[in-house]
Amino acid sequence: MSETVSDPGLGEPFGPKPRKRFSRRNIFIYGTLIFVSLYYLLPLYVMVATSLKGMPEIRLGNVFAPPVDITFAPWVKAWAEACTGLNCDGLSRGFWNSVRITVPSVVVSIIIASVNGYALANWRFKGSDTFFTILIVGAFIPYQVMIYPIVIVLREIGLYGSIWGLVIVHSIFGMPILTLLFRNYFTSIPEELFKAARVDGASFWGIYFKIMLPMALPIFVVAIILQVTGIWNDFLFGVIYTKPDTYPMTVQLNNIVNSVQGVKEYNVNMAATILTGIVPLVIYFISGKLFVRGIAEGAVKG
Amino acid sequence: MRIRTRFAAFAACLALPFTAAQAVELEVTHWWTSGGEAAAVAEFAKAFNATGNKWVDGAIAGSGGTARPIMISRITGGDPMAATQFNHGRQAEELVEAGLMRDLTAEAKAGNWANLVHPKSLLDACTLDGKIYCVPVNIHSWQWIWLSHKAFKDAGIAVPTNWDEFVAAGPALEKAGKIPLAMGQQSWQSSGAFNVLMVSIAGPDIYSRVYKDKDAELAAGPEVAKVFKAADDARRLAAKSKVQDWNQATNMVITGQAGGQIMGDWAQGEFQVANQVAGKDYTCLPGLGVNEVISTGGDAFYFPKLDDAAKTKAQGQLASLMMTKEVQVNFNLKKGSLPVRGDVDLASANDCMKKGLGILAKGNIVADVNQLMSPDSLGQVNDLFVEFFNNPSITKEDAQKQFADIVEDAD
Amino acid sequence: MSAGKRPVQLWRNLSAKIAAIPMILTALVIFVGCSLWTVFYSFTNSKLLPKVKFVGLNQYERLWSTNRWLISIENLVIYGICTLIFSLLIGFLLAALLDQKIRFENTFRSILLYPFALSFIVTGLVWQWVLNPQFGIQKIIRDLGFENFAFDPLYNPDIVIYGVLIAGLWQGTGLIMCLMLAGIRGIDQEIWKAARIDGIQTWKTYVFIVIPMMRPVFITSLVIIASGIVRVYDLVVAQTGGGPGIASEVPAKYVYDYMFQNQNLGQGFAASTMMLLTVAIVIVPWAYLEFGSKKHV
Repeated sequence: MSETVSDPGLGEPFGPKPRKRFSRRNIFIYGTLIFVSLYYLLPLYVMVATSLKGMPEIRLGNVFAPPVDITFAPWVKAWAEACTGLNCDGLSRGFWNSVRITVPSVVVSIIIASVNGYALANWRFKGSDTFFTILIVGAFIPYQVMIYPIVIVLREIGLYGSIWGLVIVHSIFGMPILTLLFRNYFTSIPEELFKAARVDGASFWGIYFKIMLPMALPIFVVAIILQVTGIWNDFLFGVIYTKPDTYPMTVQLNNIVNSVQGVKEYNVNMAATILTGIVPLVIYFISGKLFVRGIAEGAVKG
Repeated sequence: MRIRTRFAAFAACLALPFTAAQAVELEVTHWWTSGGEAAAVAEFAKAFNATGNKWVDGAIAGSGGTARPIMISRITGGDPMAATQFNHGRQAEELVEAGLMRDLTAEAKAGNWANLVHPKSLLDACTLDGKIYCVPVNIHSWQWIWLSHKAFKDAGIAVPTNWDEFVAAGPALEKAGKIPLAMGQQSWQSSGAFNVLMVSIAGPDIYSRVYKDKDAELAAGPEVAKVFKAADDARRLAAKSKVQDWNQATNMVITGQAGGQIMGDWAQGEFQVANQVAGKDYTCLPGLGVNEVISTGGDAFYFPKLDDAAKTKAQGQLASLMMTKEVQVNFNLKKGSLPVRGDVDLASANDCMKKGLGILAKGNIVADVNQLMSPDSLGQVNDLFVEFFNNPSITKEDAQKQFADIVEDAD
Repeated sequence: MSAGKRPVQLWRNLSAKIAAIPMILTALVIFVGCSLWTVFYSFTNSKLLPKVKFVGLNQYERLWSTNRWLISIENLVIYGICTLIFSLLIGFLLAALLDQKIRFENTFRSILLYPFALSFIVTGLVWQWVLNPQFGIQKIIRDLGFENFAFDPLYNPDIVIYGVLIAGLWQGTGLIMCLMLAGIRGIDQEIWKAARIDGIQTWKTYVFIVIPMMRPVFITSLVIIASGIVRVYDLVVAQTGGGPGIASEVPAKYVYDYMFQNQNLGQGFAASTMMLLTVAIVIVPWAYLEFGSKKHV
C-alpha cells in the first residue's frame, strides 16, 4: 500500500486540515482507526495463523496464539489432497471450473446490465421505469424462492446442467444492482454529449460504443469487481445448476469443511478457506483504489 | 484407512486405461464423505470399475440436507445423474410416481432379490405397484449407545449395561470432568436420539403405534411420557456437549472425553478408523440394553431414467453388482452396517456387528421412521427435538403436547 | 432526461427496446412470473413435485402456528434493524474518519473493505471459530485470569442472533464505508469552505449539510443492505446451522428447508409468499417513488 495521503483521482478530502501531529484529535482519529482495523484484521489473522499450525498445537492453544511450529502441510492438503468421497485432489479440481464459470458469467452479466443502464438512462421508453422498479424489487427476493421455478425455466429452454444455464442465472441475479449502478452512472454523464451525438445522427449502438463505453470505465471496474466476487463465492447456484465435472471451487470447499474425518481439521479448513477466497481478495487489494473511484462516480450521482 | 481409500481410487484409475474402449461413465451422487463412509463407497467404485465401466463420484458433503436439494433439482431439471443415494423410505416416493426413476424389476428377477433380501421390508420400501425401483444396499439401525471404557475407568465406575445405569453414572462422570452424554447439535441427531429412547424404553409396540398408526392419543399418554422423562435425563446429561457433527461427538467417546453417545451403527466405522476394539476400548449396547430391538432403515440407490442406451445398460450392471455377495460384504464391513442379504456370512464382523446380526436373525426388528412418516412430518419432529434438547426452558410436558399435535396431523 | 426529450420515432425506440429485452424478460419471466408461480402453488399441497391440488389457506394456517417460523421472523427483525442501523452508522463514521486527511488512507480502506471479498460461508466459518468458547475469545480472556468470563454467543439461544450480526457487520460495513466515502468526496468543496467561514462545527456540517446532500448514496446503500438482510441464509447456515436448537433460524432457511429437506413445497412456497408480500408492501411503493417517477432522473 502506498503512503500517499490521498489519491488525486478521488478528490481531496475536505475535512478540516489537521494542525499538529500529536494533537488530541489525531490521537483520537488514529486510535479509533487502528482499533477498528484490528477488529477487521483479527479473523484474517486467525485464518492464516490457524492454517499454519499442526492439529496438536490447535488443540492446546487458543486461536490467537501465533503458530510455533509452522507447517505448510494443511495448505498442501487443502489444495491437492483433501478427500471428498472418492476424489482426493482437494480444491485444485475446482479452480479451473470456477474460472470457466466466472469469466463468461461476468462478461455476459456486465454487458447486459450496462446496456440496460444505458437504455434506462438515455433512451427511456414507455414502461421502462416499471421494468426497472420490478428489477429493484427483484433484488429483495431471496434466491431460495427462485431455485425451483428457475430449474423448470432452464429445463424448458434446454439449458439445464450446462455452463450457459448457470451464466444466465448469474446474469439474472446480478442484474438489479448492476443495472442500478450503470443507470446512475450514465445519468450523470452530461446530457449535452448525448444530445450532440444525436444531432450528428449517431444511433443507439453508435452512441453506446463510441461515447458511453469509453467514459464508463470506472463503473465497469466496479461492476467487474462486484461480479467476480459474487460469482466466485457462489455455492448454491454452482451446485444446483451444474454437474460434478463442472462444480466450482466452493463446492470442494464445502465438501472439505463439511466432511469431518474424526476430528475437524481446522487448519486444513482455514487453508482451504483462504485458498478459495484468494482470487477475490487479490482483486480487492490491487484494485481497491479503482473500486472506490468507480463507486464515487457511479453510485453517488443519481 | 484414508490411505486405503486413496489407494482404491488410485487403483481404479490404473485399471481404467485397459478398458477405456467401451467404458461407460456413470455419475453417482451420494453424501458419504466421512472416513468410514468414503472407504465403503470406494468398494462400490472398485467393483464397478472392474466391470470395465467408470464410476464418476459426485459426493456432496454435509449430510442429506445439503445433497438432497441438488439431487432433486437435477432429476426434475431433466439432466439427472446415473445413480443416486437416498435414505431408504419415502424420500423418493414422488419421483418414482412421476415416472422419473428407472424400473429395476428385470434386474431384481435375474438376481433373485425377492428371496435374498432380508428382512423383506427393505425390498417392499423399494416397490411401487409391484415394480422395484431401488437397490437397498445396507441396513442401518439407530438403537445403539456407544460407551467409552476410558471415561468410565477415569471416573472409577463400571461400564453400565443399560440406560438406567448410564443415567445413574452421570454425576460420577461429571465429577471426573467428563461430559456424560455426547450429542451433536443437528436436528436429525436430536430426534434420532428421542426415537431410540422411544423404541428402547416404551417398546417396539408403542413405537409402531405412534409412528405407523399415528395414534395421537397414545403419543399424549403416560407410556410416551416415560420416554419424555428419559429424554429430559438425556438433555441434562448432554447439556455440556457443544459439537455440531455426529462424528465429532463420536470422537469425544473415542477419546474418553464423553461417557457415551446414542447414535446409529454407522458410528462403528469411526471406532474402526480409530483402531478401537469393541469390548476392550468401547462397548455397544443395542436397544440401550433395555429392549434389544433394532430398526431396519438404511440407504438405497435409485437410478433415474436416462436416454442413453449404453448408460442404461451400465445402470443395470451397477444395480446388480451392488447386490452381489462379495460387494455386499466388502461394502458393509467398511460402512459398519449390516448386509441386506440374509445369506452372507460376516465371519470378519466385529463384536457389535455380530450383536446386530443376531438381533436381525431373531427378527426383533421395527421399521425405520423414514419408512413410516413423510419427510414433512419428520421435519417437524426434528424441529421439535432440536429445540427441546437445546433449550432447557421447554418442559417435557410441553414438548409431549407438541409431539402429540405433530403425530395427529402427520402423514 | 425529461419526458419531452424522448425520441419520438418508433424505430429509434425500437433498438432501445431490443437492447432491453434481457431486462424485460428477467423482470417479467423471472421476477414476476416465478413469483406468481410460487404464490399459485402456495395454495396447493405440493410435496416433492408441484401439483395442482388446492388446499386453500391450510399452508398459511400451519405456517403461522409453527414456532420455528415465528422465531425466524423475530430473528430477521432483530437482525434487520440492527444491521440497517449499524451498517449506516459505522459506515458513515468510518468514512468521516478516513476523510480527515489522514496518512495511510489506502491501507486503512483496504483493511476495512477486504472482508467484502469473502463469501458469507467463509465469514460464518471464521467467526464460528473466533467465537468458539473452547478456543476463541472466551478462552483467551479466561487464560488471562478471569475464570468465570463467559462469551459464547453461538451457544446461547438468547443472544445467538447477535453473534451472527457481528459476523454480518464485519463482512458488509466495508462496502458501505466505501460508498459513504465516495459520497462525502463527491460534495462540493465550496460547501465546506462556506461552513467553515460561518463557523459551523465539523460534526454539525456532517450531520446537517453533508448527509442530506448524500441522498443517492444512502439510497444505493439502503438497497444493498436491505436486500442482503432479506436474503440472509448462507451466513446462518455456515455459522450456526440455525442453532442452538432453532434459536438462529431465519425465513430464507425455513423456505429452503421446507422445499427440499422436508419435501413440502407448498409450505415452503407459503413462507416465500409471506416474504414476497412483506417485500412488496415495504419496497414497491418506495421503489416506484424513487425510480419510477421522473423527477430524480
